[in-house]
Amino acid sequence: MNANVTAVPAHDEPEGAGVHEQRALGFWLYLMSDAAIFALLFMTYGIMVGNTAGGPSGKALFNLNNAALETALLLVSSTTFGFASLASKGGSRSAVLSWLLVTFVLGAGFIFLEIREFLGMIRAGAGPDRSGFLSAFFTLVGTHGTHVSFGLVWILILGGQVLFKGLTVPVTSRLFRLGLFWHFLDIAWVGIFSVVYLPGLL
Amino acid sequence: MFGKLTLDALPLYSAIAAGGAAVTVGGALLVFIVITWLGAWKYLWTEWFTSVDHKRIGVMYIVLALIMLLRGFVDAIMMRAQQAMALNSGGYLPPEHFDQIFSSHGTIMIFFMAMPFMTGLLNIAVPLQIGTRDVAFPFLNSLSLWLSAAGAGLVMASLVIGKFSTAGWTGYPPYSGIEYSPGVGVDYWIWALLISGIGSTLTGINFVVTILKRRAPGMTLMRMTPFTWTALCTSVLMIFAFPALTVACGMLALDRLLGMHFFTNELGGNMMNYANLFWIWGHPEVYILILPAFGVFSEVVATFCKKRLFGYESLVYATAAIAILSFTVWLHHFFTMGSSASVNAFFGITTMVIAVPTGVKVFNWLLTMYRGRITFHPSMLWTVGFIVTFVIGGMTGVLLAMPPADFLMHNTTFLVAHFHNMIIPGVLFGYLAGYMYWFPKAFGFRMNEPWGIAAFWFWIVGFYLAFMPLYVLGFMGMPRRMEQYNDPTWQPWLIAASMGAVLILIGIGCLVVQLAVSIRDRRKTLDVTGDPYDGRTLEWATASPPPPYNFAVLPQVRDREPLLDMKERGVAWQRPRAYEDIEIPKNSAVGVVMGGLAFVLGFAMVWQIWWLVIACGLAMWVALAFRASDDESEFRLSAAEVARIEDARYRAMGIRT
Repeated sequence: MNANVTAVPAHDEPEGAGVHEQRALGFWLYLMSDAAIFALLFMTYGIMVGNTAGGPSGKALFNLNNAALETALLLVSSTTFGFASLASKGGSRSAVLSWLLVTFVLGAGFIFLEIREFLGMIRAGAGPDRSGFLSAFFTLVGTHGTHVSFGLVWILILGGQVLFKGLTVPVTSRLFRLGLFWHFLDIAWVGIFSVVYLPGLL
Repeated sequence: MFGKLTLDALPLYSAIAAGGAAVTVGGALLVFIVITWLGAWKYLWTEWFTSVDHKRIGVMYIVLALIMLLRGFVDAIMMRAQQAMALNSGGYLPPEHFDQIFSSHGTIMIFFMAMPFMTGLLNIAVPLQIGTRDVAFPFLNSLSLWLSAAGAGLVMASLVIGKFSTAGWTGYPPYSGIEYSPGVGVDYWIWALLISGIGSTLTGINFVVTILKRRAPGMTLMRMTPFTWTALCTSVLMIFAFPALTVACGMLALDRLLGMHFFTNELGGNMMNYANLFWIWGHPEVYILILPAFGVFSEVVATFCKKRLFGYESLVYATAAIAILSFTVWLHHFFTMGSSASVNAFFGITTMVIAVPTGVKVFNWLLTMYRGRITFHPSMLWTVGFIVTFVIGGMTGVLLAMPPADFLMHNTTFLVAHFHNMIIPGVLFGYLAGYMYWFPKAFGFRMNEPWGIAAFWFWIVGFYLAFMPLYVLGFMGMPRRMEQYNDPTWQPWLIAASMGAVLILIGIGCLVVQLAVSIRDRRKTLDVTGDPYDGRTLEWATASPPPPYNFAVLPQVRDREPLLDMKERGVAWQRPRAYEDIEIPKNSAVGVVMGGLAFVLGFAMVWQIWWLVIACGLAMWVALAFRASDDESEFRLSAAEVARIEDARYRAMGIRT
């Protein structure tokens, strides 16, 4: 070959190691985009919190025990997802599946509490069509809840993959991104708890 | 069963609307018959619709953009004709139809002409310019394309079934709320934007990762082409700006569907929040569109002046500065809304500041041309026409940046003239320059130049004739979007503007003829070398059209203009000693299927056919889960096959292998 080589031959798998890294970066960017959505929903809630239009305010509607229980469920589920991630590093398929199951149950419990809270408010005449404040509340908290629900479906899909395919490189890579998503929802919830429930009650 | 959808949705309320619907349906039917007659469905499906190859996706984006350009222009010339006629009379368009037309014109030109055109150029050029084999996420790329097409399809469907929005392309509440717009028009607008907006966000993510992670060895950030830089900044803007559009349209949909009160007049709604949310997306969107056009001009000017771009680094920093500043000016779209003087002053100053980096770029291009050896290829003409015209538009923009002046001109035709003066030269001329510049790369033969030059002259003269009168009319106090008027002094100017639209129509005709003539003469204008303009950057180092893998061996970059560097060292186009197997992503039908489902989902949301919404939603989940469980998304092209493709090219170029 000429000494002035302009091109190096491609290695066997030039992108092999980079694929996971690229997908992780792509997923981070998606999360940043999603974070922008939450930021705008928080902003909207902030400017509409006083627009109760003669209807109930947060003080009359929110229940700190319920919110605290929801917080506990979601935070613990983040921890148990962390255990699932650790187990996947250890290569133990059954441990991964068990921790995913625990995470799923905790997440489903969170969704159950949230739906119960929403239905209670709607029955009490404080639905999202009552006032600008309630529209903003239901949309912000509901968007988070929708994300958690998608996460639950995703846990089921990935659980199936772990069960049938084992902890292959693509599956653990997907597990990593699901973890990012799940922890991100935790952070969003901490925001909701601190911006919506605490100031609403204190 | 069919929600709000009944036979009344057919556009039989006016002959013109029925004619528009007939043309749409007839055109679609004609395309269907021609494809069936040619027996091309299987070819289109396997080679194009299911393709995840960035070059083919790019071509499909541009085909979509050109079709929508025709549709958007028909709207434009209908408005110009109406206003030329409508002195003390109703013209030929009833008010409600006229309102639909200006709403769909803006919506189509921004979302379904400019955005797909831009994304198409990014797809064709960026991976080649950075010397990679594909974008980071080829399947997502296909999904983005089909989501954009689904949105465009919804706007077209509104011509035939139901009506489009009459609320303008910005859809301001409370008028766009359910109380004042009870029909389905605003819903069509909302779902078209939401669906295509998701596609744009995914495109942004895709290109940021591609550019940051997949550059050829040796290509540092400061060795990237200016077009790649603008693509990177635009992609970042897409990731962070589109959420605001999603939120604004989503809340409007919630108001309309579930009776919420985000933007209503009553029960605690706050419609000013909509204006903020919309323009927090809307102003970065201007730069999302314009930055890649700046990138095209930078490529074109260096190539056709045979000079290195003057002040590359200043251009890169100017691009980044514009990208950041674009998030700080949105309030200048509604100075008159009633913010305090200090708030207006802040946004007025940031608006003037953003003109500075843009001015820097004008000097970059001018000084590249200075003492250059200029070839007046059509792309170069679009560039020069842009520089002159855009500077005028920029100055009227700085004028509008002063809140007191803006109070006088707000919502007059002066504003209409200003933003067309930015977007036609700044966006469309840039994309047309890019289209003519990279056409040989995408198809392997050159475009006809005389017809391109004719198109340019009709476009630019038509532009001046169509929009300079609108500046005058703005000073005379004519509001925008008037269906009729009773001031006779306006009419001569409006007739002049309509003549301008006719010249632009001829320009569009020239573009169509140019394409037809270029295809007819393709054997005479074959681009055998892959380097028709004595290019300087990597996209010209590979064949035209490039093989599926773009580069048989990844190029080693040592300079900002890598191909020129290789040519100067006499090492361009050397056959490597050996080839290796190459992994190529497999085609996937999931993207086009998801796009089709998104279209039906949007349609079902518009007409509130809930069972269909649920069915489509579930089907999309299944398609996504299916795709997300696929571990074998690539196939291996053997080294022998690569060698066969490459050797055929070397033989065609007359290089011994």
